[in-house]
Amino acid sequence: MFLKALPLAFVLAGLVLYITLAGADFGAGMWRLLSGGGARGERIRDHAHHSMGPVWEANHVWLIFVITVAWTAYPTFVGSVASTLAVPFFIAALGIILRGASYALRSAASSSRESRMVDSAFAVGSLVTPFALGTMAGAIAAEQVPVGNAAGGLFSSWTGAVPILIGVLAVAFSAYLAAVYLAADAARHGDPEVEEAYRRRALGAGAAAGALAVAGLIVLHADAHSLYTELLHGAALVVLIVSLVAGAVALALVATRRFEPARYVAALAVACVVAGWAFARYPVLLPGLTVSQAAAPHDTLVAVVIAVLAGGAILFPSLALLFGLLLRGRLGEPGGAGADAEPAGGGTVAAVLGRAPASTPLQARLAVALLIVGVGFLNGADAAWAHVIGVFALFGFMVIGFAAIVPRALAEDT
Amino acid sequence: MITLAAALMPAHQQYLLEARQMQALSFAVHIPLVCFGIAFPAMVLFAEWMGLRTGDPVYRTVARRWSRIVLALFAVGVITGTILSFEMGLLWPNFTATFGSVFGLGFAIEGFSFFMEAIFIGIYAYGWDRLSPRLHFLSGIPIVITGFTGSLTVISVNAWMNHPGGFRLVGGKVVDVNPWSALFGNSMLWSELIHMYIAGYMVTGFTMAGVYAVCRLRGRWTRYERVAMTIPLTIGALAAPVQVLVGDWIARVIAIQQPIKLAAIEGLARTTRGASEHVLGWYTNGQIKFGIGIPHLLSLLSFHSWNAKVTGLDTVPPADRPPINVTRLSFQTMVGIGTLLAALGVVYLFVRIRRRSLPTWRWFYWALVVSGPAATVALIAGWVTAEVGRQPWVVYHVMTTAQSVTGAGGIPVGYAALVVTYLAVAGAVVWILRRLARAPLDLPGADAPPDSTMQAA
Repeated sequence: MFLKALPLAFVLAGLVLYITLAGADFGAGMWRLLSGGGARGERIRDHAHHSMGPVWEANHVWLIFVITVAWTAYPTFVGSVASTLAVPFFIAALGIILRGASYALRSAASSSRESRMVDSAFAVGSLVTPFALGTMAGAIAAEQVPVGNAAGGLFSSWTGAVPILIGVLAVAFSAYLAAVYLAADAARHGDPEVEEAYRRRALGAGAAAGALAVAGLIVLHADAHSLYTELLHGAALVVLIVSLVAGAVALALVATRRFEPARYVAALAVACVVAGWAFARYPVLLPGLTVSQAAAPHDTLVAVVIAVLAGGAILFPSLALLFGLLLRGRLGEPGGAGADAEPAGGGTVAAVLGRAPASTPLQARLAVALLIVGVGFLNGADAAWAHVIGVFALFGFMVIGFAAIVPRALAEDT
Repeated sequence: MITLAAALMPAHQQYLLEARQMQALSFAVHIPLVCFGIAFPAMVLFAEWMGLRTGDPVYRTVARRWSRIVLALFAVGVITGTILSFEMGLLWPNFTATFGSVFGLGFAIEGFSFFMEAIFIGIYAYGWDRLSPRLHFLSGIPIVITGFTGSLTVISVNAWMNHPGGFRLVGGKVVDVNPWSALFGNSMLWSELIHMYIAGYMVTGFTMAGVYAVCRLRGRWTRYERVAMTIPLTIGALAAPVQVLVGDWIARVIAIQQPIKLAAIEGLARTTRGASEHVLGWYTNGQIKFGIGIPHLLSLLSFHSWNAKVTGLDTVPPADRPPINVTRLSFQTMVGIGTLLAALGVVYLFVRIRRRSLPTWRWFYWALVVSGPAATVALIAGWVTAEVGRQPWVVYHVMTTAQSVTGAGGIPVGYAALVVTYLAVAGAVVWILRRLARAPLDLPGADAPPDSTMQAA
């Protein structure tokens, strides 16, 4: 049983990380729409753009993690959800395309009119995606997704009060997180004007998110009564209270300009909402489908757990490196800014010529020999072991051939 | 435990063909970007390494400018890849629901690989100014490695779909699943992986060489362009002939594992001993019209034997045959272009080694301009051969594409929306790349290009 639930814990943890990290990126996109005009508005927008530059792709990948682990460990669940909720899922997809494309465009836009246009497209994508994904979460929570291939209503499943409310909550929450992060960044860069602008935004969005969460309980009471009662019992109730307290504390921290701890407390509030859903519903995933019914066979679950643990052992140190470099200000413009500084051990073209490698007949002969060996073993023979030798020989041919030709060619072509 | 017998039933889908085209479109948009993810980081790193070794600033400039392209194309690749992962559930929920526990692991590992790639591309592309040169160079190495592991895991899933194993199907549910052997113990994996990996280097190499060929044809030909052309061109020129050899290998694997796919590729209606190979032509009424037949060549190529028996389409009922002309035409497109690119590569290598210079003929540079798009066409044609040739099966001889499709409505609407979106993205990508190309060369002492007045971000 533990093994069957463990991948679900991974999925939920990934979901929390996606909401808190990528959610902030979505929010940063939304704030570009509401940044106002003039030079000040432009600074507020630019700040939103630059803060997320190096990390947004990595943040986005948490969604891929959630989807792939979910469909490996709980394939029936994913098949049912994706087919019934095809419309919001597809809208989220379009939003992600719009956002990603306009993000890439933003770095190439030169005039402020161009970047304003790109920002608007970016903001629309940033707004639509969390809303659509939020309605999906709401539809699952409100038991609108039956087991089966598109067995639920194409529209009715996600347009009820609960899904729409969760969608709006996702938007408000993303905006709130983004404002907190951006205020913290501005404070670190010593820009009090931008910091204050985002602090006010954080307070407004945070209050809105809190109000929506409370309104959510009222809607649940009316529309999804079983979830409501489950939420107000046992462990679910405990984490829900923790979530409310954390949300209030985070707002207080923002009000007193302690942005750094506010980030983590706000993330805790989200984690508690997700955990609250899990505790309330466990072990039911969808109506008539429990975790153990949906779980993949034993060997697959073991494989997923191994893959996630091994992957995590590589991933988290790398992520720490990325965020560490970012927070210490070691990451600048893409491709570097301005004229190229001379790298260590600077030299001139003449120096290159002086150091041009002599002709290398040995390398060339070795490359030709490897090509012949490769053809013989890969194309002449039929055994698998011979093909292995053949492939390695051909890769050797390409690498040694490249080494034989290119450095000399580069030195000669002056 | 209560067993859940075939929770997701096959649904009737009026727009199966549109769903397949939607998947194909998303794939065709994504796969050229994958090539740049596989191959381009290695080229960037080589340029940076040359810069570190020789101290010549031109290499560093090449590497810096290329790293911006890597970043922009990766950003677009992230979203097109996300769309593909969405479509697995959106379009083929029954496939995912039934077999997710068998193939899903490949994508889960791919997710981590993708993650590492995103992290180190972030560090590499944004770290030029403030990381030490050595550390910066090292931060690029994981990108090259994850380019390989990413293709390994994704291809492992495709190879499994073409040659499924590692499970048993009982009453519509998979049992005795061994995902490791299903994905990585598959005899079709390695040939397919190597074929795709080299294709990545060909597409990137010829495309980048073509960009600088345009510069040369326009008379912009400084040391910067020469360096920036030599690196990708040499890689493409070495990879293209090797790809011909690898192609022969994968064809022999197909002959054994998927004889009906081979029969469709060749338009071989009846099982034949000493079968002929037909070049060009059109398959109709059980034969090739207007094709050039070369006796015994098919048997010779497929089984290395003059009179080997080659399985024909007649061994399976018509409903189990793939669309023959689509498979055949795309195969011939791939082979034709691949052969021409290999010839172009050999010409370059010959001139480079014999005359110790770049070719001077104008036609050569025009050929290079065409070679990038041509390599991309060959890449897509190759995937069409593999995927259409697998039809009507999504999991070969286990589940048909029709059984796996979603029962949800609105596919034509989604298809139209996706087409419009991708057209817009394509326009955006062209615009970005032109902007990046026009950014002034930050090269001390080098001739500035004529149109370098344009200030870009």
